[in-house]
Amino acid sequence: MITNDRASNDRASNDRASNDRASHGRAPLPDPASLLPPDEPVTLLDDDGGLTEVDGYPLDLKEGDLRDLYRFMVLARRVDRQAINLQRQGQLGVYASLRGQEAAQVGSAFALADADWIFPSYRELGAALVRGVDPGQILQLFRGTWLSGHDPYEHHFGLLSIPIGTQALHATGFAMAAKLDGVDLVAVSYFGDGATSEGDPHEAMNFAAVFDAPCVFFVQNNAYAISVPLEKQTRAPSIAHKAVGYGMPGYRVDGNDVLATYAVMRRAVDRARRGEGPSLVEAMTYRMEAHTTADDPSRYRTAQELERWQAKDPIARYERFLLAEGLLTDDFRQAIDAEAQGYADRMRAEIADAPHGDPLELFDHVYADPPGRFAEQRAQLSRELEDRE
Amino acid sequence: MTITLAQALNTALHDAMEADDKVVMFGEDVGTLGGVFRITDRLQERFGEARCFDTPLAEAGIVGSAVGMAMYGYRPVVEMQFDGFTYPAFEQIVSHVAKMRNRSRGKVSLPIVIRIPFGGGIGAVEHHSESPEAYFAHTAGLKVVTPGTPSDAYSLLRESIASPDPVIFFEPKRRYWLKEEAQLPVTTEPIGRAVVRRRGTTASLFAYGPMVRTCLDAAQAAEEEGWDLEVVDLRSLNPLDTETVVDSVARTGHAVVVHEASVFGGFGAEVAARVSERAFYSLEAPVLRVGGFDVPYPAAKLEEFFLPDVDRILDAVERSLGF
Repeated sequence: MITNDRASNDRASNDRASNDRASHGRAPLPDPASLLPPDEPVTLLDDDGGLTEVDGYPLDLKEGDLRDLYRFMVLARRVDRQAINLQRQGQLGVYASLRGQEAAQVGSAFALADADWIFPSYRELGAALVRGVDPGQILQLFRGTWLSGHDPYEHHFGLLSIPIGTQALHATGFAMAAKLDGVDLVAVSYFGDGATSEGDPHEAMNFAAVFDAPCVFFVQNNAYAISVPLEKQTRAPSIAHKAVGYGMPGYRVDGNDVLATYAVMRRAVDRARRGEGPSLVEAMTYRMEAHTTADDPSRYRTAQELERWQAKDPIARYERFLLAEGLLTDDFRQAIDAEAQGYADRMRAEIADAPHGDPLELFDHVYADPPGRFAEQRAQLSRELEDRE
Repeated sequence: MTITLAQALNTALHDAMEADDKVVMFGEDVGTLGGVFRITDRLQERFGEARCFDTPLAEAGIVGSAVGMAMYGYRPVVEMQFDGFTYPAFEQIVSHVAKMRNRSRGKVSLPIVIRIPFGGGIGAVEHHSESPEAYFAHTAGLKVVTPGTPSDAYSLLRESIASPDPVIFFEPKRRYWLKEEAQLPVTTEPIGRAVVRRRGTTASLFAYGPMVRTCLDAAQAAEEEGWDLEVVDLRSLNPLDTETVVDSVARTGHAVVVHEASVFGGFGAEVAARVSERAFYSLEAPVLRVGGFDVPYPAAKLEEFFLPDVDRILDAVERSLGF
């Protein structure tokens, strides 16, 4: 069993109250040792699905929740496979698969309250499902019918963000605003290991810490940024260690363990909700598919490596747990499979051959108050459209 | 009463924050210090640290967090301390601020104002005198405005803050101390309208921001030559008031566009193109552009050789009239 509680690690913490940095009425700076991630990622489920609870990461899940975690992971995998197929059939221009990261996405998103927000990257179909976003809407971006298909305010799920890590700042600003309003919500940004080299996540974490914003930075460390492995991305002991530099706790979790991901995320989210500030969660996982359907991973990783991670499959591991708990009945499994098939069929029906909208709509959403020349250009496109007929 | 352009901006921020508690002002040194140019002077004292605050020194962070705050429902006004320090925020501005409404099919509105003191002429050190307006005027989804007078500074800033669209608000830093007799609050022409600052018949000068004053000085000097120059203050680069521009050229037949930015690929090219498209038969001569040379902004002791001045403007007028 891994001990994670750093409470015993309080050497020198008492001296810090007397640090000579002007505090401007803020809480004293934390003891850096108290912010450090554990030596090993938090794991609750072993490979055989055996559960070992860890101090500080209580599981408050009921049977229905345990089933839901499984349900969302299976849905995510099925919908993901359908999306890859749709791309191969020429229905999507490109698609970024999440296979292998189901536990990281579902476990983390499951830890949020309805009022909370997610600011995703482009690989977050699993998290989107948990938030109730229609996967067909998510795929509009990849089909190219429009640049986004869902209403962020409906499910508190931001637009998919392609410029790496830029969405982290939006989560920070959103959380700053909610805090100003005294509204109880936590804003979570999702980004990958590669994004931690960018400037925006750095600025987002620093701002969040300085303003004590109710944020969680959820990093899916899936081992590669397209082809570049983590060791070429950073020389930090881990991504979670970077949190210490911002004065926030860094948590590390086995991202292929849905229960551990949930529990660690819950700790981070609860902490933010209590007004104790932001934190960083690094989920160790692995992208089983190519970066996108346009990528050829055989050029940068081995079949053996893939096999090693296949053995850690997040859904298979969780199935073993559910079986042992008597929760994975044949009826339940069949019901989930049927639901997943239904999702995939609906998504296919929604996105296959989905037409783009009226080309004249190009002018409709650029400005609330468009410039006069839009009328001329709209008229021009209108004439061009007539000429095509 | 006599007000400076800087005071007008400060009052506009004050009045906007007074009128709407969702207006927040943040950036580097805007709190306790009141901004390096004192444009945010006493705002923190008046509205508290929650609504006027200093941020860490990070321009992408300032603009990116403004995006999140605007998504939530605030109306952030942010300050880029100097033109040359806007570039770290370029990605947030171009990829998110400008595009969010369109990407979300109109569901997300970002009422953000990004204030940028711009232009040279104050003997500043490197990176403190740039004119990057063309980058932003070229970017769909942004409005770009710049006042040339204290009254406009007040009115345009109030309108920008009230705008549902994001606005890049360029402040002509060498005109911060420009004075005018005016009573605040004042409402001038709306964003998207150019204003004829001086009626004339000989030729039209088109300018914005810091060069409006310089063009008015040129027009005055031109009287000695017997030239009666018209000066048009564009005020708003995007949207651009083509009608007022064309109307002016229709009356004078000669057009000279003036800005501090390097001429090549500069905003003057857009004005020149619009004039040639819409007022071709009114033109007695090609549209001429007056600007900085196509070199990086020079060291302070050399800026007077780089920047357009009365002589360079009148030289262009002479070339146009002699065509």
